[in-house]
Amino acid sequence: MIPLSWYLILSALLFCVGTFGVLARRNAVGILMGIELMLNAVNLNLVAFWRYLTPGLIAGQVFTLIVFAVAASEASVGLALIISIYRRRSTVVADEINLMKW
Amino acid sequence: MTVLQIVFLVTGFVTLLAGVMVVASPKLVHAALWLIVSLAGVAVLFVLLNANFLAVVQVVVYIGAIAILIIFAVMLTRRVMADTGPTHNPSWWLALISALVLLGGLLALILQVPAFAQAGPTAQPAADSGLSDLGTALVDVNRFLLPFEVASVLLLAALIGAMAIARPADAAEEGGE
Amino acid sequence: MRPEILTLLIPLPPLLAFGLIVLFTNRSNRLSHSVAIGAMLLSWGMAMAVFIAAVTAPHLGEHPIELSFPWLPTGATALSIGVLIDPLSAATLFFVAWTCLAIFVYSVGYHNYGQPREAHDRAGLPPHGGGLEPMYARFFAFISLFAFGMLTLVVSDNLLLLFVGWEIMGLCSYLLIGFWFGKDSAKKAMVKAFMTTRIGDVFMLLGLAYLYSATGTLNYRAILANEEVLHHLATTPAFLGLSIAGACGILLFMGTVGKSAQFPLHVWLPDAMEGPTPVSAMIHAATMVSAGVYLTLRMFPLLAAGWEEGGALTTPMLVVSAVGAFTALFAATIAVAQNDIKRVLAYSTISQLGYMVAAVGIGAFVAAAFHLITHAFFKALLFLGSGSVIHGMEHGEHETHAHTDPQDMLNMGGLRSKMPATFWTFLIGGLALAGFPLITAGFWSKDEIFADAFANGRLLVFGTLALAALLTAFYTMRQITLTFLGQPRTQAAGHAHESKWTMTLPLIVLAVFAVAAGWAGIPEDFPLIGGLLPNWMHDFVGGTLLEHPHPVAFSPIPLLTSIGVSLLGLLGGWLVYRNAKAGAPDPLIRALGPVHTLLKRKYYFDELYERFVVAPAYWLAETFTYKFLDGKVIDGVLHTIALVAGSVGTYLRRYIDLPLVNGAGDLVGESIKRAGRGGRVIQTGRVQGYLVVGVAFVALLLSYVLLVRP
Repeated sequence: MIPLSWYLILSALLFCVGTFGVLARRNAVGILMGIELMLNAVNLNLVAFWRYLTPGLIAGQVFTLIVFAVAASEASVGLALIISIYRRRSTVVADEINLMKW
Repeated sequence: MTVLQIVFLVTGFVTLLAGVMVVASPKLVHAALWLIVSLAGVAVLFVLLNANFLAVVQVVVYIGAIAILIIFAVMLTRRVMADTGPTHNPSWWLALISALVLLGGLLALILQVPAFAQAGPTAQPAADSGLSDLGTALVDVNRFLLPFEVASVLLLAALIGAMAIARPADAAEEGGE
Repeated sequence: MRPEILTLLIPLPPLLAFGLIVLFTNRSNRLSHSVAIGAMLLSWGMAMAVFIAAVTAPHLGEHPIELSFPWLPTGATALSIGVLIDPLSAATLFFVAWTCLAIFVYSVGYHNYGQPREAHDRAGLPPHGGGLEPMYARFFAFISLFAFGMLTLVVSDNLLLLFVGWEIMGLCSYLLIGFWFGKDSAKKAMVKAFMTTRIGDVFMLLGLAYLYSATGTLNYRAILANEEVLHHLATTPAFLGLSIAGACGILLFMGTVGKSAQFPLHVWLPDAMEGPTPVSAMIHAATMVSAGVYLTLRMFPLLAAGWEEGGALTTPMLVVSAVGAFTALFAATIAVAQNDIKRVLAYSTISQLGYMVAAVGIGAFVAAAFHLITHAFFKALLFLGSGSVIHGMEHGEHETHAHTDPQDMLNMGGLRSKMPATFWTFLIGGLALAGFPLITAGFWSKDEIFADAFANGRLLVFGTLALAALLTAFYTMRQITLTFLGQPRTQAAGHAHESKWTMTLPLIVLAVFAVAAGWAGIPEDFPLIGGLLPNWMHDFVGGTLLEHPHPVAFSPIPLLTSIGVSLLGLLGGWLVYRNAKAGAPDPLIRALGPVHTLLKRKYYFDELYERFVVAPAYWLAETFTYKFLDGKVIDGVLHTIALVAGSVGTYLRRYIDLPLVNGAGDLVGESIKRAGRGGRVIQTGRVQGYLVVGVAFVALLLSYVLLVRP
């Protein structure tokens, strides 16, 4: 049988890869992809816990569904933002979008 | 080593590999395609976890909508938003260290709880892996109707917002509002 | 109205006139002199009323007209001031009122009222040839104030009020000597007069204070009419072998020495002739200098405390008589060699005051008072006459455009025909001064002094005074001869003319007194005419003293001496000068030789004082006190303090305030700025950077939870 910890470890690994992507990629769309990875890791975590600890409680799946919806909206708005920023600043490099400072 | 375990290990490995490729590919399109692979791997894992419906939703929404959206966005604006230059920003090493430390922490946390290592999956109460229950729960006033409706409002807002933000500047001013 | 109240009011009209002229009427000449003369007339009227009341009162000496009221509270008691009219002050009041009134009227004409003011006449300088005096109203204001001072002095019943009047007159003398302040000589003379009399006044004030501390009062009646007090003062020793009475007497006499220009403080009076002639007449002949003698007369009981009539003189009396007699001779010798018409009269005044002082010194109280009264009249007359002469000479100069000194007698001559009224009155005055027998007042008063001196055996004083009388007659006749007789020696003299009635009327009035005043004091045992008229002077004035003095027994020697020296001197003066020619030197120069220079230069006393008194005083003031003490010592200390304070301040500023205080303040702000600037760096604006930080912290937190906590 597959212990729960395997799923959790996997999900942790995926999450950290996603974190690395968010923190290290220059391109804003690349960052967005990293975020998607992170969200997926979270979903995996949720479902694993649901399956192993409380399979009768449907809240686990509902939570995951909501996360889906949020991820979708966030992806679309994020892309819209990137396009809008590009129009203003002519760049999609995250490092160059640095006006929110002193 | 049972079959399931092997399947799990392979799928897990593929997902991880694809994830690494997502963050490491210099070309965005490649990264997007690797993302699709990673998402697919996660869908398989959902199946392994008896969350069939979620696996389907994963494929349909994530791969079919979000990943496609990303590819559309990348493809349609490729000439305009072609990215040149290094893939990672100058302080990628810091990110790596942070991520590794985070990983270490998480792993330590997980391994600390002995219950996680031993638990096998408990018996599933329903044969359809809770699908009808899920459906009922989402529209039941006493259960998860509210989060469901809120989520739909959120989607609506995101929809409108995305349109508003992405509109071209002169059109936005002409239209006024 | 009661005589006491009238007496109290006598000094006030001139004071009021002073105030009115200064504040209101000084732009109108007519109003000013009207106010002044009106006020003087009022005072004169009241004085005459009081005089009549005094003369008709029985035993005025024992029951004088008096009124006093408390004025200055001094603890439980109060210092009282008030008025006192006893025989001495009544007689003094008489001549003061008459002479002041005469001089006030004279001043109208003297300052050329009615003439237009000349264009080139400036205020502060005497007007040229006959123009109106520019400072006309000011003059009347000053002489009114002076009249107030003198009248206060005369009616006062205590030494303090006397001193007040004394000092007011000192001030007016200063102001009036320097009336023509544009003249440098006048400015010097006014200061000299004030300073010299000040020296006397200091001693007088010491005497006043000493007397007050010894007796507790300054009232005349309380000290001088009180046998016990006088006895106590005479027998208590003071210092230098003197009794209190002696010490006070001599100190108070020093005031007289200053004010009445006795030797050695005589130097100011001749220089005081810089003032207009009415000033010379009033202040320096009739009234102010008489005040000194009045004081000595008043203090006679104090000076003579312990003296028996006919006995040995007390120490103060010796001092007084010595000073007086010496001055009389000394001044007379100088007068012989002077050519300025007013200078002669000035030295003559000094000499005659010496007579009076000497008379008091030998105990001839009544004689001294008699001479004081007669002298006031004829000396005022002589001065006013000289003023008239000077005016005539100036007119002559103006007409002939000459530039000679109008006051130099060697330029005059023959004015008898040009100015007859002036001549006759001047002659009467001069004869009175010389003591022409029988018909002049001066004779009677001088004779009285001689008689007293001889009868009491004061032969040294007698001889000195007799010699002085000879010289007096000589220089008087010299003056008259040079001025009026003979032929005019210059063009100016030839064109002189008589003065207006405002000037000649007072001359005539005073001349009447110069003749008649003597007949009030004819001794009873005088051959032939004694006894025809009562010796009013002796009876009345003698009543001032506690013991009525005995009349002196008649002796022919002093009488013959006085007639002799008088006639001899007059004859000599006429003979020597009757043929004085224009441009010829004074015959006396050849006769006396170097002695004449000595006399002309006044025995070099001015130079002596200048060298040994004035110059050291200036040195002390300027070099020692001003340059050294004030400039170097005091200023040095101040500069050092300032320097130290400055350097302490600079040090504090540079090393403590700026670096520490400012530094601390700046540091706070600066460090916050720098911290902010440094801290700002973390706000890169790069989202990923922020996220890294977030993740790192999460990692840290996790490691803490896992590793550090159990």
